[in-house]
Amino acid sequence: MIPAEFRYERVSTVDEALARLASHGDDAKVLAGGHSLLPLMKLRLAAPEYLVDIGPVDELRYVRLDGDDVVIGALSRYSDLSRDPVLLEHAPLLAHVSASVGDRQVRHRGTIGGSLVHADSAADLPAAVLASDAVLVVRGPAGERRIPAAEFFLGPFTTPLEPSELLIEVRVPRQTGLGWGFEKFTRRAIDWAMVGVAVVGGRVGLVNMGGVPLRASATEAALASGASIAEAAALAADGTNPPDEPHATAEYRRHLARVLTRRALTTA
Amino acid sequence: MKVSIEVNGRPVTEEVPDRTLLVHFLRDTAGLTATNIGCDTTSCGACTVLLDGESVKSCTVLAAQADGHAVTTAEGLAGPDGALHPVQQAFREQHGLQCGFCTPGMIMASVSLLADNPKPTRDEVRAGLEGNLCRCTGYHNIVSAVIDASGQEVDR
Repeated sequence: MIPAEFRYERVSTVDEALARLASHGDDAKVLAGGHSLLPLMKLRLAAPEYLVDIGPVDELRYVRLDGDDVVIGALSRYSDLSRDPVLLEHAPLLAHVSASVGDRQVRHRGTIGGSLVHADSAADLPAAVLASDAVLVVRGPAGERRIPAAEFFLGPFTTPLEPSELLIEVRVPRQTGLGWGFEKFTRRAIDWAMVGVAVVGGRVGLVNMGGVPLRASATEAALASGASIAEAAALAADGTNPPDEPHATAEYRRHLARVLTRRALTTA
Repeated sequence: MKVSIEVNGRPVTEEVPDRTLLVHFLRDTAGLTATNIGCDTTSCGACTVLLDGESVKSCTVLAAQADGHAVTTAEGLAGPDGALHPVQQAFREQHGLQCGFCTPGMIMASVSLLADNPKPTRDEVRAGLEGNLCRCTGYHNIVSAVIDASGQEVDR
């Protein structure tokens, strides 16, 4: 399988990327690691006229502390994040989740920004940034804006990003001292999770429990009002609408959400 | 576009369509056919090569993305005198293959794994090769081969 024809353009700075996006409008897609976009293009589910490759934009590859936040450049790869000392100390959930995405080869290419912008509810990172209370920094022709993760996932594969905008940074409050846990259930080692649960402190993010990455709000409310882990985890599937598929029915996924939430909260 | 990739230490430069995948560049342009196309969906790992020393699935990388970078395929592992790479030698000695289709990718993934973790446990080898599927061996001898290549005693 090969993608439909497109014009490949490589940029090496954010400004250059924004200039290309501004001139191409709806006709361009941004290529980061390509591990969400290229498979879609090979299946012809996406057929952009222009592909703007931001791979060489080194200014978007970093993890550092900024006051009370850990800030992560959008082009940081899973393999970088999984062993980053700053992340391991101050936002260990994100390092741990990054180490469990796909396989080693995928983690050598896939980026945190690419995964978030792709906004697949079956991916691990969106639920992890929801549980981490992250803020996503987006830059466009009109300057920068900050979008809380809770407002970033609008629908299946849909974000508030304009075609002229680029996700440049993920900001996460330091999680020093907060308990965390991550559980996922897959059919085969490298598969997307049937269901996954990410926990930081009292926040719970759910993987693949609906069309968008979700917070388990009933569980969070129960925890906040002093419920036990077992009581709170029993509410994990409330208000969700998980996909119903032959290999994992909606009812089975609700069951998994409750069990995995209990495990993740217990670890945390 | 004009793509120039250092393949196994040799520069390969060619004008190719923008949509050319790295695996096709290696097989059709560079003429190196050890790298197999298996699932073509980033799952099976048969097309694994090293890009700047790190394992990647070359069916999910554009040739254009590798422009200016270095790629190593299975053909690039043996020494100039033809001596097998330690991982190749171990796959032979431990009978780490049957039909052989997954082998070039499996070996490249193993080389990358050992670069990061020179003395892995059997469990770490299994986890480290989760992105490579073999339908023949049941993996047991593949794990033994990687352990052997790492210079550790093979404990079956």
